[in-house]
Amino acid sequence: MGDKISIKNLNFYYGKNQALYDISMKIPEREVMAFVGPSGCGKSTFLRVFNRMNDTIPYARVEGEVKIDGKNIYKTKTDVVALRRKVGMVFQKSNPFPKSIFENVAYGIRINKMHSGKKDLADRVEKALRDAALWDEVSDRLNTSAFGLSGGQQQRLCIARALAVQPEVILMDEPASALDPIATQKIEELVVELKKKYTIVIVTHNMQQAARISDKTAFFMLGKLIEVNPTEKMFTNPDDELTEDYITGRFG
Amino acid sequence: MMDRNTHSRRKLVSGAMTLITAACAIAAIIVLVLILTYIAAKGLTTINYEFLTDTPKPVGEGGGIGNAIMGSALMTLLATAIGLPIGIGAGVYLAEFGENIFGNTVRFLADTLIGVPSIIVGIFIYTLIVLPMGRQSGLAGALSLAIIMIPIVARTTEEMIRLVPQSMREGALALGAPQWRVTWNIVMPAAASGIATGAMLSIARISGETAPLLFTALNSRFYNYFFDQPMASLTVQIYNYATGPFEIEHQMAWAATLILVGLILVINVLVRFLTKKKY
Amino acid sequence: MAGTGTFADRVFRSVLIVLSSTVILIVVSMVAMMVWTSLPTIRMFGLEFLYSGEWQPASNVFGALPFIYGTIVSSLIAILIAVPISLGIAIFLVEQAPKSISSPAAFLVELLAAIPSVVYGLWGIFVLAPFIRNYLGPFFQDYFGWLPLFQGRLTGFGMLTGGIIMAIMVTPIITAVVRDVLEVVPNTQRDAALALGATKWETTLIVLQNASSGIAGAVVLGLGRALGETMAVTMVIGNSPQITASLFEPAYTIASVLAANFGEASDRLYLSALVEMGLVLFLVTFVVNALAKVLVLGVAKGTNAASKA
Repeated sequence: MGDKISIKNLNFYYGKNQALYDISMKIPEREVMAFVGPSGCGKSTFLRVFNRMNDTIPYARVEGEVKIDGKNIYKTKTDVVALRRKVGMVFQKSNPFPKSIFENVAYGIRINKMHSGKKDLADRVEKALRDAALWDEVSDRLNTSAFGLSGGQQQRLCIARALAVQPEVILMDEPASALDPIATQKIEELVVELKKKYTIVIVTHNMQQAARISDKTAFFMLGKLIEVNPTEKMFTNPDDELTEDYITGRFG
Repeated sequence: MMDRNTHSRRKLVSGAMTLITAACAIAAIIVLVLILTYIAAKGLTTINYEFLTDTPKPVGEGGGIGNAIMGSALMTLLATAIGLPIGIGAGVYLAEFGENIFGNTVRFLADTLIGVPSIIVGIFIYTLIVLPMGRQSGLAGALSLAIIMIPIVARTTEEMIRLVPQSMREGALALGAPQWRVTWNIVMPAAASGIATGAMLSIARISGETAPLLFTALNSRFYNYFFDQPMASLTVQIYNYATGPFEIEHQMAWAATLILVGLILVINVLVRFLTKKKY
Repeated sequence: MAGTGTFADRVFRSVLIVLSSTVILIVVSMVAMMVWTSLPTIRMFGLEFLYSGEWQPASNVFGALPFIYGTIVSSLIAILIAVPISLGIAIFLVEQAPKSISSPAAFLVELLAAIPSVVYGLWGIFVLAPFIRNYLGPFFQDYFGWLPLFQGRLTGFGMLTGGIIMAIMVTPIITAVVRDVLEVVPNTQRDAALALGATKWETTLIVLQNASSGIAGAVVLGLGRALGETMAVTMVIGNSPQITASLFEPAYTIASVLAANFGEASDRLYLSALVEMGLVLFLVTFVVNALAKVLVLGVAKGTNAASKA
């Protein structure tokens, strides 16, 4: 399969502080890429590079090249709004809007005018909710507030909301870190299911989670990419000693 | 696949809204600048030593606002002397012990009092002090101002004290300090600059009040240092001059306004720069 | 050396309680004094006081309707003008402008609130009123003169002038509260919208929805301020107790009739009528402010729920 995203010599700065050092890697299409590493290693910052969410932080600066489908997204004429539609994101803490379940999912469809009528809108919402494995739990209360859902359901609603605008890449920033084990398991099953259609990049604290769901894993430390390899190799026979130390729990 | 038209229209709307909201902010700032420059331009021509120190004279004979400045200063001083300790005391109580029915009642009534039109405070003092005393007085004026000041100081003090981290209190309590020492020696000094800021802003606020003085302190044509007599104030003087029929009075109104607004702006700007350094 | 034990603590706390009680004492005695002083007219006119339009102090006939009407209409004009502008300013400061611009701009807007009411009145008399008399009024009468709203004498002193002055005065107050409620909307909401490809404005709309009850509270708070605004209005509204459809005709508000006439009210019944109007104003602002507080607090709770979720 081809590469969806390729990163070359990426440096990232918060004002004077450098957060990422000279990172180069490729993310293949329709696979799950996991970013792991100790807190503050820059993995979340790196994730936010792909949909330019770091643009909202003052004094943040990017050097180097990030190509999605061969196009550098940091060229000045890049349409950030269009980019973010193509690269969806799910956050650490679920963040539904203060609207009904239906309207949460419909939001992205509406602002982009992707639907051709009421029926089409309802169909798209249903499809997104089904894809996020939430439909069966909420189909009878679509018009109730999203805040009435459990934490795990809210997170899957946010995934459905992201799916509804038909992205090609989905970024997930520790999507299960605030959830209980059962809700976490559901999210993990969902991720494995979703990679059939989407390229997924997931940041996780949880090594077992990375091992369970990802095809490739990248290990970061102190803003540097230490190693990127197929997950199986990474967890059995890593190239780098630091990686081995981290995986076996000697630090972190 | 993406609808190009929708897309560019959305971005156009977004850009337009940024411009519109910016225009709102600019409009407000323009109004401020217009008002301030008008005051400066009109007021500067009339201000001189005589104007600042003299008492009002019959129209055409000059005169000044010296007694009004003095009256405002005296009443603000007395109001502060009464209002500040009460306000700070109430604020400390609300922050340190105020999580009970009494505290909630005080908090709610303080908020109510902040929202009460200041003319109502004037009416209250009129019926409470002026009618029984049989005449208007500087005391009545100062009490009105104190009533306006107390709830403002109480609520800002409470807010500032709540900003003091709990760990600081626990640290002192763990050393065996009694509650009153923790509050007096640790918490209040830590919040002192915030409390002072609130106090200064409340002084700026009451020095601009007119409505509660109109029929409590009334006015006076002379320098008066006795609180049992009617007392002049800058704001009431401005009101009288502004609504008077003569051009010369209008000029004096502008000049007095320049003094008043200048003072209030200085306090506000000072507070901003002092607090900027602190936090 | 003062005691360090529980006795000193008790003294300290008692002093604070006494000081705090002052607030209760003030409000309670304020209401009591006003009720007591206005008893003569309450007994004499009852509820009719509120809906009778006759106001003739010389013949002891007191109806507060023209003042209630003037208070409500001038405040509504102020709110109608101030709310969209305040929303625009707050949105610009919190959602749109970079920090380097928004911080000084916010300070300048706050300064508008620091200018005393009597100064706005002075400015209103000599700048705004002539502007309305010479430019704005003739413009509306030329083009919309067939509307009763814009008919009548053009003195520059009237309902509209009062409304505009109050709009300027409540704008910084509404802006400040709206800024506060926008700032407590968690950033996760903005991130969520942006990550879906929402534009800056679409993101702002999501933020506004989060803050809607707080914004309503800000509007109500501004209304409360406008209802009680005294000096500036007294100086520009023309002070004439009449009910007309025209925005240019002089009117009167409760606060301004108090400011203009209270000092001369030597007659017991006249005094009672004025104090009763003060009581009405007190009760109305009390209710309005309480409502505003409930609405603004509601937003804080709402976002807590949102961020906890």
